[in-house]
Amino acid sequence: MVSPASPLPSTTEPKAPPQWLQPLLMLAPAGVWLALLLVLPTLLIFQLSLVPGIRPGQVVNPSGLDNYWRIVQPDYFPVLTRSLFFSIGTTIACLVLGFPIAYWIALKVPKRWQNLVLLAFVLPLWTSSLLRTYAWITILRPTGVLNSILGKVGMPPLDLLNREPAVLIGMTYSLLPYMVLILYAALEKLDRRLLEAAADLGANPAQTFWRVTVPQSLTGIAAGSLLVFITSMGDFVNPEILGGASSMTVARLIYNQFLGATQNWGFGSALSMVLILVVSIAIALLLKYGDRSAAGGV
Amino acid sequence: MSQAAIQNSSATTANAEFDVELRQVCKLFNNETVVRGVDLGIRRGEFFSILGPSGCGKTTTLRLIAGFDTPSAGEVLIQGRRMNAMPPYRRPVNTVFQSYALFSHLTAWENVAFGLRLQKHTKAEIQQRVDEALKLVKMDGFAKRFPAQLSGGQQQRVALARALVNRPTVLLLDEPLGALDLKLRKEMQVELANLHRELALTFVMVTHDQEEALCLSDRIAVMNQGIIEQIDTPERIYQQPKTPFVADFIGDTNLFHGKIEGFYPTTLWVVTETGLKVKAKQPEAGNTLTSGTVVLSVRPETVQLSLTPCNDDRNCFEGRLQDVMYLGTHVHFQVQLLSGDRLTVMRSNSPTNLPSADTPIYVSWSAQDCLALPL
Repeated sequence: MVSPASPLPSTTEPKAPPQWLQPLLMLAPAGVWLALLLVLPTLLIFQLSLVPGIRPGQVVNPSGLDNYWRIVQPDYFPVLTRSLFFSIGTTIACLVLGFPIAYWIALKVPKRWQNLVLLAFVLPLWTSSLLRTYAWITILRPTGVLNSILGKVGMPPLDLLNREPAVLIGMTYSLLPYMVLILYAALEKLDRRLLEAAADLGANPAQTFWRVTVPQSLTGIAAGSLLVFITSMGDFVNPEILGGASSMTVARLIYNQFLGATQNWGFGSALSMVLILVVSIAIALLLKYGDRSAAGGV
Repeated sequence: MSQAAIQNSSATTANAEFDVELRQVCKLFNNETVVRGVDLGIRRGEFFSILGPSGCGKTTTLRLIAGFDTPSAGEVLIQGRRMNAMPPYRRPVNTVFQSYALFSHLTAWENVAFGLRLQKHTKAEIQQRVDEALKLVKMDGFAKRFPAQLSGGQQQRVALARALVNRPTVLLLDEPLGALDLKLRKEMQVELANLHRELALTFVMVTHDQEEALCLSDRIAVMNQGIIEQIDTPERIYQQPKTPFVADFIGDTNLFHGKIEGFYPTTLWVVTETGLKVKAKQPEAGNTLTSGTVVLSVRPETVQLSLTPCNDDRNCFEGRLQDVMYLGTHVHFQVQLLSGDRLTVMRSNSPTNLPSADTPIYVSWSAQDCLALPL
């Protein structure tokens, strides 16, 4: 098409950056963002965590691992296990409650209604989480909505507020929409012909569910569980407002060191580092597990 | 069209030689009838094909047998047992899906073992039968691969093994070779035919590929718009189509619409809409036509070309040669008749002197090769 007399197009083309530079250029904006707002603060927190008993305004003067020794003392061990208990419990509750909801929306609700139903589930996220947590007080307190309903139907009242159950309820309520969204995304992609293939090979609905639906949506289950686990590990609002004095968690303890009465930034920083470690372990486990399911040709 | 459907509906008594029977089966989706009163009897050990254009209801018919859909009216029987409300997982049939539908989280071996594991067989028996099935489809070297690591043809074989390993009464195949390229398709056709012979199972295959249906099947049901137009052997489907649709759908043909002018025991005189007077063959006994409109079907390979008018009692018309298509073993000629009709003629490839576009050429065919089909 090009006549032989015309100049070669390559001579007029603007020079493209070299091949090795292209990924760096594309990653640079996010990279700078992460370096300034994640890596640098984390390093600062690590530095703070090495100073025992530091308060705002004092000179940072690293002097050892005393803060970490404090964490491994028997006093704080129950706090860490309670945090894990709340997070694991919330993750399981969200999974058990969220899976049927996501399954129903993805596979039973007609396509054109799916977005609307999803929206209805996500709608609570539009109001302040603090407000929603306070609403649970009204429901769960000894003379609250729940107990007046129980009383009307002749059941004994439940004392849930300022105890572990209230924290679990509050956390599950806050995080369920995220679980549903992620599970929906996984189940919506589920190939329905696989369900027919399983039935054709003799699997009843329960067998099809456990042998095809669950393994096929494993990536979504893992991603949703991880998100709920991480977020609940860092949640101090629900334990603080619904948990009462007995429900001290790592996140709540950290909050107290920085913004509460204790004002011990060094100890708070050390606790933060432990929390980051726990969450990182969870992510590492997921990556390892997710990799394996990817090798399965998902 | 409807006449043929009524004929097929005569055999509705319980019949022990049938593995699958459909009786007056209808299926509606959103008030749209997809299958309208289908009657089928598929014999034990038969390779039966359901052939038709896309949207004719053939896949729905197969899904009614498999149990993925339930009939809106009528009965589905497998080995004489009514299956209407039986869920798919309790039917003695297995399906090879068009898209294979292999479980991506399981290896080829685990895919094949899926059905056997549900039936609670012993580990040793599962191992033996899965290995056997994979060997049968020549996939024994790929047991540990995941579906994503297999080619389309290999996935097809695993899907076949996964269905066959359960020793179903009936094997259902939904466009099994549709996603394969031509060469692989030919290979798999031979293998399907071999498998059918070796296993002596009843095969029911749905396809839109007439060549595939003709070369593999013992009998073919030609479907159109939810109705079965004809059930017959491949030879009879091709040579004795019962309806204009079947004549047109299977192979190439020249169709003329016309009116019956007169008849003699085996010959019909028909005047076409364009004014041609054509002698045609009377349909087989029981279907004798005496008057009314008909469609005439003349296969391109039965038409002779000559430079001079023929002087026997064959149908002979003058025309002009319009187009010649060279197809290797055959040559297609397009002839425009003086009446205005266009006729396709197919001759085997032999060197001939072709006349120019403005010299007369004569086409001729015998009454025996001209089928009259009721409209």
